[in-house]
Amino acid sequence: MSGLAIKNVTKRFGDFTAVDAINLSVPHGTFVCLLGPSGCGKTTLLRMIAGLEEPTSGAIMLDDQDITSLPTHKRNLGMVFQSLALFPHLSVGDNIAYALRIRGASREEQTRRVDELLKMVHLPGFADRPVAKLSGGQRQRVAIARALALSPKLFLLDEPLSALDAKLREAMQVELRQLQQQLGITTIVVTHDQREAMTMADLVVVMGNGKIRQAAAPIEIYRKPADAFVADFIGSTNLLDVTADSAGRATILGHAVPGLSLPAGTSKASVSIRPEDVHIAAPGGGAISGTVTFVRDLGGTIETFVEAGGSTIVAVATPRERPEVVAGQTVGVVLPPESCVVLAA
Amino acid sequence: MRREVPKSLSDYTPLFFPAIMLIVFFVVPFSTMIAVSFFKRDPAGFYTTDFVWDNYARFLSTFFASVLGFSLMLAIVVAVCCILIAFPFTYLLVKRPRRVQTIWLVCLLSVLSLSEVIIGFAWSTLFSRTAGITNLLVAVGLMSEPQALLPGFGAVLTGMVYQALPYTILVLYPALVRFDPTLLEAARTLGASPVRAFLNVVVPALRNTIVATLIMVFVFALGSYLLPQILGRPQHWTLSVLITDQAIYQSNMPFAAAMAVFLVLISLSLVGLTLLVGRRENAG
Repeated sequence: MSGLAIKNVTKRFGDFTAVDAINLSVPHGTFVCLLGPSGCGKTTLLRMIAGLEEPTSGAIMLDDQDITSLPTHKRNLGMVFQSLALFPHLSVGDNIAYALRIRGASREEQTRRVDELLKMVHLPGFADRPVAKLSGGQRQRVAIARALALSPKLFLLDEPLSALDAKLREAMQVELRQLQQQLGITTIVVTHDQREAMTMADLVVVMGNGKIRQAAAPIEIYRKPADAFVADFIGSTNLLDVTADSAGRATILGHAVPGLSLPAGTSKASVSIRPEDVHIAAPGGGAISGTVTFVRDLGGTIETFVEAGGSTIVAVATPRERPEVVAGQTVGVVLPPESCVVLAA
Repeated sequence: MRREVPKSLSDYTPLFFPAIMLIVFFVVPFSTMIAVSFFKRDPAGFYTTDFVWDNYARFLSTFFASVLGFSLMLAIVVAVCCILIAFPFTYLLVKRPRRVQTIWLVCLLSVLSLSEVIIGFAWSTLFSRTAGITNLLVAVGLMSEPQALLPGFGAVLTGMVYQALPYTILVLYPALVRFDPTLLEAARTLGASPVRAFLNVVVPALRNTIVATLIMVFVFALGSYLLPQILGRPQHWTLSVLITDQAIYQSNMPFAAAMAVFLVLISLSLVGLTLLVGRRENAG
């Protein structure tokens, strides 16, 4: 298979298992986001792919070739570090040309390629500037250009956008995705920002405690989270207990939810429902009744916090469907069964 | 940031203490030395106040020129050797766990507590024929019979490098600890082998530190006068040895002062030249 395959890779640091028997295959040209909270092993996994750490066990294959113990400098990959790691003693052009210089490329070829790369990252004519004189976003682009200088097989980025301010970060996410599609390069990005992952990735790999919790397309991860950890980490969600009543029907907070069924043989599970799927209605009927505790009006969205049976349910509405509620009011909460994802307890 | 121009005399008060220290411990003794270097020697007594160029003129002979040349060469070789040993050593040291680093640094600091005399005599024993390290080589069969490795240039160099090495490491250590290791990883992902990455990235990124350390060790080695006498032959004696000889044993203070002034001027100009070259390369 062409592409990257990670086979049963484990990494231990002393007693601590950073990466625990991970299997993952990444087809050629895929944009992968390794997503997870800090300390989940995502950076360690990336560093093993780069050859900067050696796996305790397992194998890493690139285009059917075992690269597990191949030294970094022979792997033909480009990497952008969290600190960017631009060489402070070299100019922008010399930073980008470094890999070419090591390969013994001629002066003319270096200049030509540097100009080409600078154009690609929208920094034409920056070759002679010292690195210290660049802004955060410009450094970012230089780091990307440097990593892509040799048209590597693998493009690895370790939290590349974390140092930028929110606006620039969002713009760079789009740009990075467009660049990746244009080049068709297999790309792996480590991030803890789920918005970043949703924006850029073909495949989102959610990690927790050194294990893969779910690997799927972004929208599938969002719509069908595999477990409570994933549901909670990707976007915000309402996690509620669901139990079977005497008649075997699934009930949430004492209300039977028709159309929802528990996994066979269990009487208790939890359910995840996204705030935008929760509707606020008049009390009574089939709705769960609760008390509004707080309304957060953010202009673009309105979040309503409802206290019901000891749980807080958050509902998000757009201004168009603005629920006319105030704190203290008793309301009905409707949980459409098709939007509820039952998670194994 | 715009610098405020000092307005009243009281704005200068923070400068008084350093200024006084500088005057008492540098300007006064150095001026005295310059003045004495122009005085006339009185063979019967000490010296008489005068203004003559005799002392400098006497210095311009092949003998003193060659001694000066040897002193500068020795100091440069010591500085280069120290950097060549200390830089890779410190580089590898900062990658070790904290505890290991502490143990090494404590050991290095303890070497600093040894006096030059002790270092000199310790090495003269180690290099001797009867009790020296060659006996070990004979014992393991690498040599047929023990040899005396001193007096000689190698012995002088070893002793001086040994003495200056802890200083070199202690000066390099903070810069290398602060060095961002991801720069090296970046070089490796770009196809540089570890040795190449070290030479292309670590060394140039720390060039200013290396130049500063070279100058420090150079100046330190220039002042050494005990080790050349203990471990070397008379042709390995540095200008400092001659200055001591003139000042203390020949009671020729003016000539000693003239040599000292000359040594200071030469080393200052060498240091200045190094900085100038470094700056030009930085700009280019």
